[in-house]
Amino acid sequence: MAGSNNLNITSPRWLLAELSYKCPLQCPYCSNPLDYAKYTEELSTDDWKRVLSQARKMGAVQLGFSGGEPLTRRDLPELVAFARELGYYSNLITSGYGLTEDKIIELKQAGLDHIQVSIQASSQELNDHLAGTETFLQKQQVAGLVKKHGYPMVLCVVIHRQNIHQMPQILAMAENLGADYLELANTQYYGWAHINRDALLPTREQFLTAEKIAQSFKETVAGKMKIYYVVPDFYEDRPKACMNGWGTTFLTIAPDGVALPCHSARELPGLDCPNVKDFSIEQIWNESKAFNFFRGAGWMQEPCRSCDEKHKDFGGCRCQAYLLTGDMFSTDPVCSKSSQRYRIDAAIGSARELALSAAEKPLVFRNSKNSKQFNI
Amino acid sequence: MTINSDLPIHFSALHRLQWEEAQQKYVILYPEGMVELNQSSAEILKLCDGSKNLTVIVAELEAKFATEGLTNDILNFLNVALQNGWIQQS
Repeated sequence: MAGSNNLNITSPRWLLAELSYKCPLQCPYCSNPLDYAKYTEELSTDDWKRVLSQARKMGAVQLGFSGGEPLTRRDLPELVAFARELGYYSNLITSGYGLTEDKIIELKQAGLDHIQVSIQASSQELNDHLAGTETFLQKQQVAGLVKKHGYPMVLCVVIHRQNIHQMPQILAMAENLGADYLELANTQYYGWAHINRDALLPTREQFLTAEKIAQSFKETVAGKMKIYYVVPDFYEDRPKACMNGWGTTFLTIAPDGVALPCHSARELPGLDCPNVKDFSIEQIWNESKAFNFFRGAGWMQEPCRSCDEKHKDFGGCRCQAYLLTGDMFSTDPVCSKSSQRYRIDAAIGSARELALSAAEKPLVFRNSKNSKQFNI
Repeated sequence: MTINSDLPIHFSALHRLQWEEAQQKYVILYPEGMVELNQSSAEILKLCDGSKNLTVIVAELEAKFATEGLTNDILNFLNVALQNGWIQQS
C-alpha cells in the first residue's frame, strides 16, 4: 500500500471547483476526462457552499471556478458572493462564451477577483476551428469588458502544433487587448490532448523558436504584462514537480463531487477517490486513501527512491507515468534517468513524422458524442 | 522604476492584502498566486493607503516600534514591492 498517514500533512491552499463538465467549446486538448459525458450529476448549491466553507477553514485561499464552462451554472454569482464572504481570492476560468457585460458587473459586485479568458489562436479562423464554435469575436469583446470593469485581465492561450507558428501574433494580440497577465500554456498531454498528441505536439525546432520569441517579448513588456510560461515537459529532461507534490497544496472537486488530488487523477485505477457528499473536506484531505496514496516518498520505485532530486520533483506526474508506461508507481518517463524515457522520444518522433508529412491527422474534438465512445 | 519619496503610495487595485488565519500571516493575493509576507513587510504595506509618502511611512513605523534609522530598509522593500506591482504612485 502506497502512502502513509503518519507524515506531516500540510493544508490545502488551492481549491479548484469544477462546477460543470458542460461546455459550449470542443477544444481537442481539454483536460477533462475522455468519458466526462457519463458524469451527468452535478453538486447542488448547498453542497458547493459546504465544500467552500470546509476547505477555507483548513486554509485554502485561492479558489478557481472552472469546468467545463463555469458560466453554465446559474448559481455562479451566489457561489462567488459566498466565497468572497469567506475570504477566498476567486478566479473565474472561462471561455468567455455567453459572458455579457451585465454578468461581468454582477460578478464584480458579488466579489469576483479575477477573470481568465481563454483564446485558442490569434486568428478568427483558427480560433473558431479549434474551439469547434464561433467564439473569436466575442472573446475579444469580453477581454475588453473584463479590463473596463477593473478586473486583472489574464489571457490564457494553450500552445500546440496547430497554433505555435502564431506566437508573434498571439503576443501582439495580448498587448493590444491590454492583458495584465498572459498565460502561455504549452499543452500537457492528458485527457483529450493525449489522444490528439500526434496532431498537437510541436517539433523541437518549433518549440525552441516559439520559446525564444516569448522570452524576448517577456523582457520587452516587463513591468506592464506578466507572462506565465508553462513548459512543455516532453522537451525537458527532468519531470515537473506535479501539483507541488501529491496532497500538499491542491484540491480539485469534480462536478459530481468527487475529490481529486489533481484534475487528471480520475484516470488512475484503484484510488477510490472520495465524494464530498459522503465525507468532509478534512476527512478527505487527511484520511482518505486517495489523498494519502502518493504522499511523501514511500511509494517510490527506483530510480526515484535513491535519487537526490526526489524532493524537488516528487517523481514527476503520476498520471503521465500511468498513461505512458501503464504503471502509476513508475518514474515519470520524461526523466532522463527513467528506463522508459524512450517512450517520450517515440512520441516526439511519431508527432514529428506526421508534422513533416503532408498528411495531417484529423483532431478528435471534445464533445458528448465523442465522449460517449469512451464510456466503457 | 523606483520610489519617489514625495509622492503618496497606494496598494495596487489588482492585488489584495489579507490576513490568513490558517497561516498566521499576511499574504498578497493576485491571479492564481500568493506571496506570504513577514511581519515587517506587512506593517509597511498596510500603511500604503494612498495618503502617505515615504517620509510619513518611515516616521509612523519608527514611532510604532520606538526605533530609528529604518529609512533604508523600508525604501529597499518598497522598491521591490513597486517592481512586483504590489504598490503604485501616481
